[in-house]
Amino acid sequence: MSTDIRIKKGLNIKLVGAAEHTTTKAVLSNVYALNLNDFHGITPKMLLKKGDEVKVGDALFYNKNREDMLFVSPVSGELVEIERGERRKILSLKILADKKQESLEHKVPNIEGASASEIKELLLKSGCWPFIKQRPYDIIADPDATPKAIFISGYATAPLAADLDYVLQGKEAELQAAITALAKLTPGKVHVSVGKSSNNPLGSLKGITLHKVSGPHPAGLVGTLINKVDPINKGETVWTLAPQDLVLIGGLLLTGKFNPERTIALVGSSVKTPKYYTTKIGAEIATFLYASGVNGDNFRVINGDALTGTQTAPDGYLGFYANVVTALPEGDDYEFFGWNKPIFNKISSTRALTFSWLFPNKKYDLNTNTNGEHRAFVVTGAYEKVFPLDIYPMQLLKACMVKDLDEMEQLGLYEVAPEDFSLTEFICISKQPHQEIIREGLDLLYKEIG
Amino acid sequence: MKKKLHNLKEKYKGKKMAPAFNALHTFLYMPNETTHSGSHVRAADDLKRTMNTVIMALIPVLLFGIFNAGYQHYSAINGFPADFSLFEHFLTFDNFWIGAITVLPLVIVSYGVGLGIEFLFAVIKGHEVEEGYLVTGMLVPLIIPVDTPLWMLAVAVAFGVVIGKEVFGGTGMNILNPALTIRAFLFFAYPTWMSGDKVWVHQAVDLAGTPDAISGETVLGYLAANKGAEFSYSISDMFLGFIPGSVGETSTILILLGGLFLIFSKIASWRIMLSAVLGSLVMGFVFNMVVDAGWITETSKFYGLMSLDFWQHLIIGGLAFGIVYMATDPVTGAQTNRGKWIYGFFIGFISVMIRVFNPAYPEGVFLAILLMNVFAPTIDHYVIRGNVKRRLKRLKNATIFPKDTDNKAEELKAETV
Repeated sequence: MSTDIRIKKGLNIKLVGAAEHTTTKAVLSNVYALNLNDFHGITPKMLLKKGDEVKVGDALFYNKNREDMLFVSPVSGELVEIERGERRKILSLKILADKKQESLEHKVPNIEGASASEIKELLLKSGCWPFIKQRPYDIIADPDATPKAIFISGYATAPLAADLDYVLQGKEAELQAAITALAKLTPGKVHVSVGKSSNNPLGSLKGITLHKVSGPHPAGLVGTLINKVDPINKGETVWTLAPQDLVLIGGLLLTGKFNPERTIALVGSSVKTPKYYTTKIGAEIATFLYASGVNGDNFRVINGDALTGTQTAPDGYLGFYANVVTALPEGDDYEFFGWNKPIFNKISSTRALTFSWLFPNKKYDLNTNTNGEHRAFVVTGAYEKVFPLDIYPMQLLKACMVKDLDEMEQLGLYEVAPEDFSLTEFICISKQPHQEIIREGLDLLYKEIG
Repeated sequence: MKKKLHNLKEKYKGKKMAPAFNALHTFLYMPNETTHSGSHVRAADDLKRTMNTVIMALIPVLLFGIFNAGYQHYSAINGFPADFSLFEHFLTFDNFWIGAITVLPLVIVSYGVGLGIEFLFAVIKGHEVEEGYLVTGMLVPLIIPVDTPLWMLAVAVAFGVVIGKEVFGGTGMNILNPALTIRAFLFFAYPTWMSGDKVWVHQAVDLAGTPDAISGETVLGYLAANKGAEFSYSISDMFLGFIPGSVGETSTILILLGGLFLIFSKIASWRIMLSAVLGSLVMGFVFNMVVDAGWITETSKFYGLMSLDFWQHLIIGGLAFGIVYMATDPVTGAQTNRGKWIYGFFIGFISVMIRVFNPAYPEGVFLAILLMNVFAPTIDHYVIRGNVKRRLKRLKNATIFPKDTDNKAEELKAETV
C-alpha cells in the first residue's frame, strides 16, 4: 500500500557535476578522523587516551549526558591526535590506521524476536545510535523517548545528491534488517518515501508505510515528508534516518560488526570526473578527490550537498553523515556591475533581468559567492513559493531572531530542522543566514523547554 | 581598477567611513563575499537588483512625466492642440526642456537629500547603506506636483527619511511607506501650495492674478468642484496621460505596463495590485448605485465624483500609480498572501471613498495606503493566528509518549492531551 504525495512548491537547483553511475573503490586512507561538530549538541567524554590502540567499533568517547551512548572508531589503529579548541573543547579525533583491520564483534539477538530494549542497547553500544536523529530540535535521538513514528526519505532532491536508487542497489537485506529492528522502537509507523517513478530498493521493504513523492526540491527532505504525512505537535517526538545509515545499521544487525563502509558520490563542477566511490566514514577526502581530478585550485570542498553540507578542505575527512562530497569553485571575486546586468549563468527565483526561467533544464556552474550583501528582510512572499510546509517561514525566522519562545512554538519550530530552510536561504534576496537562525532557535528552545 | 578598489576597501575596513565607501564600491562591483554558513551557493538576486527592477519600471513613467510637464504648460497657455499628434505636440524638444528644468531638479533634490541622510546614518550607526532609498528617491518626484518648490521637497525628504524610516531602524523596519510619508508631510505642512488648482502646471502659480493667468486644475479638481462639464479631456487622454497631475501619475497605460513588468519579474505582488483594483471598482460601483437610486441630487457637493463611472476612477488621479508602485511596497504592506488580498482591497476601497468624501483635496490614495500600512501588521497577525490555530487544533490529537527511563518501550501507551 502506498500513498502519493505531490509537492508543488519548490525549486530544483540543477548544477554541473552530477556523478556518473560508476563506483570505484577509493584508495585506503592512512588517517581517519571523526569531526565532533557532526554530532550537534553532544558533549563528548573521552574513553581513551592519545596513543591507545583501537579496533573497528571500539568506543572512543561517550555522550556526557547519556553514558551508554557510545561513539566508536571507524577503523582499527592508534588514536594519534585529540584536537582541542577553546576551553579544551574536543574538535576532532584522528586515528592512524593499521595494515590489518580488526572489528569488535557484538552478540546480535534474533531481530524478529528481539525486544525494543535489546535493540536499543545494541545500537547504543555499537555506535550506531547517532545515526538516529530526532525532531523536535534536530539532534541525535534521545533513547528514552518513544517516537510516535519513524521517517525515512529515500527520495533525494537536493542539488547533486547521490542517486539512492543506485547506491542502495543490492543492500536490500541490510535495509530490511534495519527496518525490522527500528520498527520495534516505535508503537507508530515507519514512514518511507521514494520517488514516484523510481526503483529504489526501499520501496519493496516489508513493515513500512510507503509514500511515493514527486515534485521539486525540497520534496525529498524528510521534514517535508513529516509535514505532509503526520506533522509534529508540541510534546511529540519523531525519529528520522537517512537511507545510507540504515545500510550500516543493517550491516551491524546481520554480521554483528560495525562496518563504516559507504558508497559516496563525489560531485560538483570543480571535480573533473564526478562519480561514486566506496570508502569509510572519516576517510581522507584526498584519497578519492584527486583520483577524480580537480579543476583549478580555488575550490571549496563540502561534506554533504551544496545547500546543507559543512565546509571542509581537500585535506579534510569524510563526515559521519555525509553520502555526498561536493566540490564547488569559490566565488571570492568581484563582478563588475554584477547587481544590474542581465544574468544568464546563475539561478534565480525571479525574472528581474535574470533568465534562468527561460532554461528550466540548463545545468548551472554556481560558485560560493553570496551574489549580494546581507540586508534586512525586505521582500515578502518569495520564500512561500519554495517552502511547501504549512508554516510561515519568514515569521518563524523573525521569531527565532528575536528569541520569542512562544512565537517560535506557535509558528511551528518543533516541526523543522535547519535543512528545511536551505532553499529559502538559497533564494533569499536579503542574504540572511536562515539555517543558522533556525539552528540557534532550536538550541534556545531545547535549552529553555526541551 | 578592481585591484585598486579592493586595496582601498581593505584600507577602510573598520574605519568610520567604511559604509560610505562600500556603498559606492558595491555599486560598481558586486562584492567578493562568499558564503560562510548554511547554503554554500546562493541565487542571483539581491536587494540592489530588486530595487533596480522597480526603478526600471518607473523610467517610462518619469520620461512621460517630463514631456507632459512641458505639454501641459504650453497647452495651458496656448490651448490644447485641435489635431493632436504625438510627435508634433508631445515629444518635442520644447516640452522636454520644460520638463528637464522642472522635473529633473526634483529628482536630483530627492536623491541628493535622501541618500545624503542614508549615508550619514550608515556612517554614524556603522551599518551598510541599504538600498531602500533607491526606489523611494525615484517615487518622490513622481508623486508631487511639478511646481513643488525645491526647498519644500528637501525639508519633506529629510523629514520622511529620518522620521519615516531611520528612527525605526532603516530599510526593512519602517512602518509607513517613506515616499508617502514625504508626500503626506508636504500636503499637511504646506496645504496652500499642495492643493488648489494651480500647482499642477508649470508657472500656473507664478502667473496667477496676471493677465496671462493659466489654469492648472486636475480632472479630479474639476470633478470635486462639480465642474465635470468644464474640462475637455477625453477618456483616452486620461488613459494615455495627457492631463495635468503629479509628475508621474497621469499615464495610466505606462503605469499598467510598469505593473505588468513588475508582476512578470516577480518583484511586486499581483495579489495586492489585483485586489486594490477590485476594491476601487467596488467602492466606485457602490457610489454609482447611490446616484442611480436618486439618493443624492446634482446639487450635492459629492455628485461630481460619485456619478463618475466607477471604472474611470482608475484612470484619473494617482490611484493607478499608488496601486502599482506604492501599495506593493513589501516592507510596509501585508506580508502574508491572504493578508495581501485584504490589504490591497481596502486600499482601493478607501482610496475612492476618501476621494469622494474629502472636499479639501480630492485625492485619497496616499492617505488610504498610509492608513492600510498601519493596519497591515494587524491583518497579518490574524492571518498567522489562523495557522497557529490549525496547529493548536492538531495538538488535541497528539500522541505523546512519556519518557521511557526504564526501557519498557513495548509497554508504553500513548497519552492524549
